[in-house]
Amino acid sequence: MKYIEEFQDPALARRLLDDIHATVTRPWALMEVCGGQTHTIIRHGIDQLLPEQVELIHGPGCPVCVTPLEVIDKALEIASRPDVIFCSFGDMLRVPGTGRDLFQVRSEGGDVRVVYSPLDALRIAQENPGRQVVFFGIGFETTAPPNAMTVHQAKKLGIPNFSLLVSHVRVPPAIEAIMQSPSCRVQGFLAAGHVCSVMGVREYPELAARHRVPIVVTGFEPLDILEGVRRAVRQLERGEHTVDNAYARAVRPEGNPAALAMLEDVFEVTDRAWRGIGVIPDSGWRLSERYRDFDAEHRFSVTGINTREPAECRSGEVLQGLLKPHECEAFGRLCTPRSPLGATMVSSEGACAAYYLYRRLELGTVPAAKTAPTPVSAPLEASPVV
Amino acid sequence: MSDTALDITGWTCPAPLRDRPRVVMGHGGGGALSAELVQHLFAPAFGGDVLAQLGDSAAVSLGGVRLAFSTDSYVVRPLFFPGGSIGDLAVNGTVNDLAMSGAEAAYLSCGFILEEGVEMPVVARVAEAMGAAARAAGVEVATGDTKVVEAGHGDGIYINTAGIGVIPDGVDLRPQRVVPGDVVIVSGEIGLHGVAIMSVREGLEFGVDVQSDCAALGGLVRSMLAVTPDLHVLRDPTRGGLAASLNEIAAASGTGVVIHEGRVPVPAAVANACAILGLDPLYVANEGKLVAFVPREHADAVLDAMRAHPLGRHAAVIGEAVDAHPGLVVARTALGGTRVVDLPIGEQLPRIC
Repeated sequence: MKYIEEFQDPALARRLLDDIHATVTRPWALMEVCGGQTHTIIRHGIDQLLPEQVELIHGPGCPVCVTPLEVIDKALEIASRPDVIFCSFGDMLRVPGTGRDLFQVRSEGGDVRVVYSPLDALRIAQENPGRQVVFFGIGFETTAPPNAMTVHQAKKLGIPNFSLLVSHVRVPPAIEAIMQSPSCRVQGFLAAGHVCSVMGVREYPELAARHRVPIVVTGFEPLDILEGVRRAVRQLERGEHTVDNAYARAVRPEGNPAALAMLEDVFEVTDRAWRGIGVIPDSGWRLSERYRDFDAEHRFSVTGINTREPAECRSGEVLQGLLKPHECEAFGRLCTPRSPLGATMVSSEGACAAYYLYRRLELGTVPAAKTAPTPVSAPLEASPVV
Repeated sequence: MSDTALDITGWTCPAPLRDRPRVVMGHGGGGALSAELVQHLFAPAFGGDVLAQLGDSAAVSLGGVRLAFSTDSYVVRPLFFPGGSIGDLAVNGTVNDLAMSGAEAAYLSCGFILEEGVEMPVVARVAEAMGAAARAAGVEVATGDTKVVEAGHGDGIYINTAGIGVIPDGVDLRPQRVVPGDVVIVSGEIGLHGVAIMSVREGLEFGVDVQSDCAALGGLVRSMLAVTPDLHVLRDPTRGGLAASLNEIAAASGTGVVIHEGRVPVPAAVANACAILGLDPLYVANEGKLVAFVPREHADAVLDAMRAHPLGRHAAVIGEAVDAHPGLVVARTALGGTRVVDLPIGEQLPRIC
């Protein structure tokens, strides 16, 4: 397969870095929107290689991180029912709701299955006509089209025992919300390439013009990130603020018409709560009236579950780029991937988890190596394996 | 790190995994949860100095002879996969655990737990695979047991094997022997077994046929020990992958470990599969690889010996033990940055997008 090794080439990376170093004359703050980009940046040490003047602020683009606690609780409630097969992508299983997660529901007897496609869940529904099969439909514009197509198929094939627990969110309203925050420091955006491969770029020129920020559509490999940074910095240095597609091998300006048509058919825009941030107007999708029968929230009467977020967790500020993960008092002490206070520490794409997993060395939160067994009652962080 | 227990009353988010009231899949994933289960529950319950070493196999003395003693259970699904079967794993896995002590496996026990309704030809195929693997590894299955559980209470066939072998004189393989300056060598391409299993279990296509690397490593270890008996530690990076083995060694030795990511042999098929699923090859299981910490003065000769063996053709020096950051594994990335390579918590989970 092409496009992996080629886009991690150290020599090409060096050239891009040299260009960025030569271009930058003053401090700039860029936000990479997508959690996958955050993960690439931290995993490959890209942030360590950029000029000090270029600050990368990690955005709210991790689908796991922004799924509200109450939606997780609804999932847990539905998945606990004996007549339900609850299907989900893998990384949602470890996200804690109120006091437990889907792994725990499974250990208590719930039928929770990891699938790689919503169509797998539809197949399971066809194979198990006597049981209700629910797919956990979360994520951004990237995961919404296949979920929409699956519901469309369920209706077309007349599969009554399939439903979708929906918590889809959209990127542009989140960018709008971030830019309207009084404490916003973001001067340019690396837009999420995969989102744009579906949606195209038509929503961005107006945002770029109104907020006077360059928006560079950026991919996910190390060289993609560096090219996105290079183009954003070049625009900032020139005082420009346009939409630039640096991920042309995957993104057409018009997006994916078939996917857009499917979204239009199955979903309708709605206000959505974002974990740690709150409700952002018009920032999500729900099933449209024609497909409301397939809405798991209504089918299982869990619309009344309302969970409050814990006050201790500052992940909302992290998701808005107002706080670096290690600037949170709980980081690495009260809050680790083993005992997460918030989803940003649970998800592999969460900024807090990325900092904890890859950056503890320079952040000074390195646990000392311990080998002596400790009793079961010992505190978590005294564990020799943490 | 905090020395006080977390008070989670009133919080809605934290769910310390150690406080789980029931076993979850991650307790068998070879990562931090597995280690905690052993260290916090089993080891205190059993007591004993030997178990406290927490190696892949135990080194014990009987009648003046030093023996390696190991056991492992095999619950793989599907039973047959590209490059092997549960039968191959059941022999090679335990043979390899013994080999990591420097021991040549001599005898194995074999405990079958069969599910009511499994077709007899399936059992026969597994048994024949075990026999062939044992003959190839030069080990005899000397004792065994069979139990049958009711339909629905098993996954077809579970196998437990235990093994013993003699540790040669002058060989002392323990993470505590690792010192800064030791060279870290991996015997070949990583991640093949995990990706082969995923491809058949989940029906995923990665563009090429990926075969498990399931193999017995006794011969490779013998060729390494022929160069010098003074290897410091060997591990076979199965569940939890290379990352888990390196973290175990770093923690037990109290040294830091630095690996150079660009030198770790990752086949294209594994890299592609991991890219698609959002997994890290360093955490993907292997069943025919070892990682060795070798004194610097012997590293070149050991590497040559490994490369001369069919199971070490792609052996590579990937890093070294260091004074800095004791107990921590750090990767230097191909681009020139650094990152911590942590112990996996539980199972690696495929990403949403």
